Amino acid sequence: MSSALSREDVAHLASLARISLSEDELDRLGAELPAILDHVAAVQGVVESAGEDVAPMSHPVPVANVMREDVVRPGLTPDEALSGAPASEEQRFLVPKILGEE
Amino acid sequence: MSDLTRLGAAELAEKLAGGEVTSVDVTRAHLERIGEVDSRLHAFLHVGEESAMATAADVDARRAAGEDVPTLAGVPVAVKDLINTTDQPTTAGSRMLEGWVPPYDATVVARLRAAGLPILGKTNLDEFAMGSSNEHSAYGPTRNPWDTDRIPGGSSGGSAAAVASHEAPLALGTDTGGSIRQPGAMTGVVGMKPTYGGVSRYGVVAMASSLDQVGPMARSVLDAALLHEVVAGHDPLDSTSIDAPVPDVVAAARRGDVSGLKIGIVRELGGEGFQPGVQAAFDGAVEQLAQAGAEVVEVACPSFRHGIAAYYLVMPSEVSSNLARFDAMRYGLRVSPEGVPDPSAEQVMSASRDAGFGDEVKRRIVLGTYALSSGYYDAYYGSAQKVRTLIARDFAAAFEQVDVLVSPTAPTTAWRLGEKSDDPLAMYLEDVCTIPANLAGVPGLSLPVGLADDTGLPVGVQFLAPALADDRVYNVAAALERLVAAPVLEEVR
Amino acid sequence: MTTATQKIVPFDEAITRYDPVMGLEVHVELNTATKMFCGCATAFGAEPNTQVCPVCLGLPGALPVVNAKAVESAIRIGLALSCDIAEWCRFARKNYFYPDMPKNFQTSQYDEPIAFDGYLDVEVPLEEGGTRTVRVEIERAHMEEDTGKSLHVGGATGRIHGADHSLLDYNRAGIPLIEIVTRTIHVPAELAPAVARAFVTQLRDLIVALDVSDARMDQGSLRADVNLSLSPKDSGVLGTRSETKNVNSFRSVERAVRYEIGRHAGVLDAGGSILQETRHFHEANGSTSAGREKSDADDYRYFPEPDLAPVAPSREWVEELRGTLPEPPSERRRRLQAEWEFSDLDMRDTVGAGALDLVAATVAAGTTPAAAKKWWLGELARRANEDGTDLADLPITPEQVAAIQGLIDAGRVNDKLARQVFEGVLAGEGTPDEVVSTRGLEVVSDDGALGDAVDRAIEANPDVAQKIRDGKVQAAGALIGAVMKEMRGQADAGRVRELVLEKLS
Ligand SMILES: [Mg+2]
Ligand SMILES: [Zn+2]
Repeated sequence: MSSALSREDVAHLASLARISLSEDELDRLGAELPAILDHVAAVQGVVESAGEDVAPMSHPVPVANVMREDVVRPGLTPDEALSGAPASEEQRFLVPKILGEE
Repeated sequence: MSDLTRLGAAELAEKLAGGEVTSVDVTRAHLERIGEVDSRLHAFLHVGEESAMATAADVDARRAAGEDVPTLAGVPVAVKDLINTTDQPTTAGSRMLEGWVPPYDATVVARLRAAGLPILGKTNLDEFAMGSSNEHSAYGPTRNPWDTDRIPGGSSGGSAAAVASHEAPLALGTDTGGSIRQPGAMTGVVGMKPTYGGVSRYGVVAMASSLDQVGPMARSVLDAALLHEVVAGHDPLDSTSIDAPVPDVVAAARRGDVSGLKIGIVRELGGEGFQPGVQAAFDGAVEQLAQAGAEVVEVACPSFRHGIAAYYLVMPSEVSSNLARFDAMRYGLRVSPEGVPDPSAEQVMSASRDAGFGDEVKRRIVLGTYALSSGYYDAYYGSAQKVRTLIARDFAAAFEQVDVLVSPTAPTTAWRLGEKSDDPLAMYLEDVCTIPANLAGVPGLSLPVGLADDTGLPVGVQFLAPALADDRVYNVAAALERLVAAPVLEEVR
Repeated sequence: MTTATQKIVPFDEAITRYDPVMGLEVHVELNTATKMFCGCATAFGAEPNTQVCPVCLGLPGALPVVNAKAVESAIRIGLALSCDIAEWCRFARKNYFYPDMPKNFQTSQYDEPIAFDGYLDVEVPLEEGGTRTVRVEIERAHMEEDTGKSLHVGGATGRIHGADHSLLDYNRAGIPLIEIVTRTIHVPAELAPAVARAFVTQLRDLIVALDVSDARMDQGSLRADVNLSLSPKDSGVLGTRSETKNVNSFRSVERAVRYEIGRHAGVLDAGGSILQETRHFHEANGSTSAGREKSDADDYRYFPEPDLAPVAPSREWVEELRGTLPEPPSERRRRLQAEWEFSDLDMRDTVGAGALDLVAATVAAGTTPAAAKKWWLGELARRANEDGTDLADLPITPEQVAAIQGLIDAGRVNDKLARQVFEGVLAGEGTPDEVVSTRGLEVVSDDGALGDAVDRAIEANPDVAQKIRDGKVQAAGALIGAVMKEMRGQADAGRVRELVLEKLS
């Protein structure tokens, strides 16, 4: 796979990640990312040359079925919950108008 | 420097228990030391004088009343500013969380409080723990007390510098790809990354969930073990926390006996690309272990060389998702885009994330977004996870042959501020020795073994053991600690 | 939108030229005491942000822990839908930004759902009478978490468009959801709307029987999405699909399918193309409107949730849970029909109206099956239809229906008064007894007062009285009617008749 990333690609990724990068930042990332991607792309070759189906590891410790009982625990008070809010009203988090669907 | 700040945690604990000193005296001495030197180091982002002194006074009162208090009660500690504290701000070194005071304590902080350790303050770090130099802190870099023109390592550079400079006898750091061990090596202190799941991550601002671990930093192996014992153990609030007894790390740190042990030098982690002074210090340390009765062999771990590639896919992928919550809606920085009248939530999110995150954080978020995006997942994230399996297999095979693995902690000693700032990839390569342990979840400890003969700066040696065998690295490190001249910092330079 | 004025082809015409390709997704909010990944309570209607904690607010450092009861419910739903239960599965993160989602990813399941490959046999009432059993195949049922709720302030109240700002309440964020996804449902075109309705109705019956959810469409604890596309008849060509959301009654499910078939046909007839988008359903006129267009921005970047351990339900546990399943719906329907002595038509009407559980609960409360059916399919069905709601969502319980029938059986009210009692209960005036007393609906059973009224009626109608004395008992109706009129209906007609006959014998 080519790890060539166009400036548009970087802009698209930034919009997926909800970061409004400046033109300068787009230029810089567009220049830096290919070198990093070239390095990390080596993982594909490593896996291919392993010559067998290697299971992916998502968790370093193999545990399963970690669950809790369905018992209510005290949470935060509304004041605590809202303590870090940039804005609030009527005990709710106030946010700018939301576009898109609900 | 007060005599009290020259003492380690074990010695302080003994004097506190014996009534020779009070926690108020000890805590004040450290706060004074911070006042003396921190303007040159910037190890702390916040000093919690009031709450630390209150805890100290409380412990003293309980002791005076004849109450049975935990071993480290009254011994002060510094906490990396990635770990939530209800009585001090938690910024993660980012503008995004400037001034944020969490409404809940991390489990490790709750355990520090329960054990009576006064929390001196919150230490500086690379923003959201992303970096190997502390230069990525939004609040300015921490400096290495051995040479203030140099970096202290990262991302737990503030904790490392605080311990090395005697601002604190103990500190908590976090280690995702070496962030405890590498700054430990760079500043000449002991840094331990426990087995993944050994210490709760609850309340620790997440960088990469499958790699992050909290661990102790101290000036001796025993001190590190004492702090390890306080914070480790199962936490039902962390689903990845191991539900098994914590190995007796304190006993192991007191034992320090390598006779009959088999120690494996990782062939891939040394030689070419390693600074001669580092390699020489490492070789000398290994020689000492052999003389102390250990059998030293060389072991091949061929997949380790792909650790960095796998790490720089897994980590940014998880980062891109973990940091999505910083969106200016519920907490943290909110800025409106310039020149946009009546902006939408979406526009405010994007503008806030642009303003709140630094370059390194953005770089990793974009990289991780790419690695997870459809069409690329299998090639990047999927393959990286398979490389993790290969690395874990290398560890398993190695531990069939030897009890403990050993390598330099980092290829070089501390570099000058700004020296690697323009080349992110060069900075990433610094983590070559430490990353395999995070990918496989095994414990690793960095022990200072002296100063490099070429730079005169501290060098660390890393010990690695199988998962759950944290006591093994404490035992071997304690043995070597007795044999090498640990570097002692006389004054901040 | 291709055109501003959208032509909607009448359903009957549309299906002569197109075959609908339909799939359904149903979200079921579980009735666990706590949320999916934290110990916060799940009570409906609590004050804003009173059931929140670091985990469900997505605060930095917070970590999820799986609710065992939610997993149990998921397995039971899976088993009841004849699914296979995964021996090992994981949660995954579905990454996208939305202010009502605290972490900006939803913890869900992706390629490893807990349950998969099942089916539900649904009885579809046919227009011409009788029913037809249709097997709806279930692709998967998976676990996930709900989002918070936003209140849009300013502009047109409550609407997202034109709002000045929004207010967020995270009480609902993190409540466990089971998402049930069907495979494409293959049925004759004319049946599609009825099949969609029957599936959702009977799935709800099953969920209620499992006691895993309140399953109230009006409160959003059961939510259905309709995925629909059209294929020109016998062409084998697949169309672009729309996803209609916000469908919040059984009736609306049927209407949404009808509307979308007509809408798609209109666009296709005009040579236009259907956009892949979400659509919103509007109760008021049964139409849908464009929501968000699907684009490559919908790259959810799924990956296994690193903060949660895999779920590997033991086979013993699964079998134990299988033992707790209620009777399968089709068997239950057969059994109830026999017990109730309902004709096929009675049963079809009852099932079709979504009244099976309601009738069963009313019967369980002591009413005869015939009486229970009469009320639910008569008075109450009429009322639900007027209100545009489902029977189950009417503010009356089967126990209250049984209590009203009990009043009739005891002679305290007659049928006519009973209708007023229903009205009162539905209007929230209290229990049937309370409505009877506050509205003063009790029939006059005082023989003295009734006797006087009967005497007056006899006096006023001497001819009729004579006929009765002569043995023409059927003439009594006129006198009874007069008495009932005087008593304004509040008399027991049976008792009046007895009195008339006594006095004239
Ligand atoms: Mg879903
Ligand atoms: Zn919660």
